[in-house]
Amino acid sequence: MLVPLAQNVVSGILVGALYGLAAVGLSLTFGVTKFLNVAHGELLMFGGYASFWAFTLLGVDPFLTLPTTLVFLGLMGVLLYKLLFSRMVKATEDVKVKNTMLIGFGLSLILQNVALRLWTANDRAITTSYSGMALTVFGVRLPVVRLANLVIALVCLVALHLFLQRTCTGKAIRATVEDWAAATLAGIDIDKVYLESFVLGAMLAGVAGALVGVGYSIVPTMGLEWTLIALIVMVLGGLGNIMGTFVGGIILGVTQSVTSYFAGGAYREVVGLLIFLLVLVFRPQGLFGTKQG
Amino acid sequence: MLEIEGVDAFYGDLQALWGISLHVDEGELVALIGPNGAGKTTTLHVISGLLPPSSGNVRFRGRDLTRERPDKIVAMGISQVPEGGRVFTGMTVLENLELGAFIPGARRHKEESLKRVFSIFPRLAERKNQRAGTLSGGERQMLAIARALMSKPTLLLLDEPSFGLAPLLVEQIFAMITEINAQGVTVLLVEQNVRAALELSHRAYVVENGRIVGEGSGTGLLSFESVRRAYLG
Repeated sequence: MLVPLAQNVVSGILVGALYGLAAVGLSLTFGVTKFLNVAHGELLMFGGYASFWAFTLLGVDPFLTLPTTLVFLGLMGVLLYKLLFSRMVKATEDVKVKNTMLIGFGLSLILQNVALRLWTANDRAITTSYSGMALTVFGVRLPVVRLANLVIALVCLVALHLFLQRTCTGKAIRATVEDWAAATLAGIDIDKVYLESFVLGAMLAGVAGALVGVGYSIVPTMGLEWTLIALIVMVLGGLGNIMGTFVGGIILGVTQSVTSYFAGGAYREVVGLLIFLLVLVFRPQGLFGTKQG
Repeated sequence: MLEIEGVDAFYGDLQALWGISLHVDEGELVALIGPNGAGKTTTLHVISGLLPPSSGNVRFRGRDLTRERPDKIVAMGISQVPEGGRVFTGMTVLENLELGAFIPGARRHKEESLKRVFSIFPRLAERKNQRAGTLSGGERQMLAIARALMSKPTLLLLDEPSFGLAPLLVEQIFAMITEINAQGVTVLLVEQNVRAALELSHRAYVVENGRIVGEGSGTGLLSFESVRRAYLG
């Protein structure tokens, strides 16, 4: 009883780290731009394929494909922002949220079908020589690649945190989140900050996707599920709180995995949506967010 | 230095400014006075580029900035302190000031600008590592002014710097504004505190319903009958 439960908690933490990483990207973009990019899950899927092909065709170790995946998703972010999202910069906040959701839905359909056409509907996984290796601690199995995922997710978050705290660009992003009008008056070019945070969000989705490809599997239709996960975790963790969002991801991961242990896999998604509703009703600022003044 | 000519501006379908014309000369301290909703803040937003006018133009040192981006306008030397200060409460005092020096031209002189604002506002130096959200109302207003000065402006736009402050603090803030002006920064001041604004300023405009309805020297307007009746009681 105890070992299987512990195994589920550990598995939940390991997958939850990726939930957190995916949500941090969405939350960063949304916090700055108020663009609700519901194609975030498709960006994640493209990140997964970018790493998958770099590994399959070029034989590069999947963890070493991360830089190229970052660059690829960064470029994709710039392109999508310039083509589609930049038109929404001047709109009021509610119009922005609505219209970018519409853009995002359309975009997710297009990206999903492009991926289906190019890469078929088959599940793919990045399988390396060490994919099957695992540590066993007190009977609980810790797959090496998923542990590495956890470490990389943490490194990404710490790097993002330092970037936002220490660099000029990071400070401009934080200022824009707090008060875009005051940031404008301080001489910050809002269009540039929007672009930067959208691209950062896409890059974080890309890394998350690559890690999903290594630890689990990827498929062209995975996007919607990951967008939902990212949305739930974003609400759970509280907007603009990186570490809170990450912890939110782990909470969702553990809850899902423990629920499917006790109640069966069919309830995995239900419990996530239930948490989403409960948080919205009782703590709309998120578990770790502060009330907006 | 600053010339505004026949500016009309709209919020959606609602016209807020009707043919506003005014000018501010180098070294002056000019006040815009008038009731709530008269268009004073809107005028500042037109100058800063937050609200592009539908017609008319704004010129600064001979350059047309009517449709420039707000950050370019800051880089030209115009800096606005918005109403209520709007400091970044989640960031430290020092970070707020650094953001004030965000434009490349100001970033190069960040250290000397910091020294300068700390000498005008010694209180901020004591609190530089504190989060701006922990400051009092007066300190926030000082920080907002200091942040605007960090971009090394030649024209400072102040929107209601006395708003919500205790009388003693208002006096201090006004003394600091006079000092900043004496150091060579031209000031355009929007104020509800009409008597203090008129005593402080070289010249003033009276704004009502989106139009300029009066102009004169600060002390001259103080004796202006309609101004007395409307604002001083």
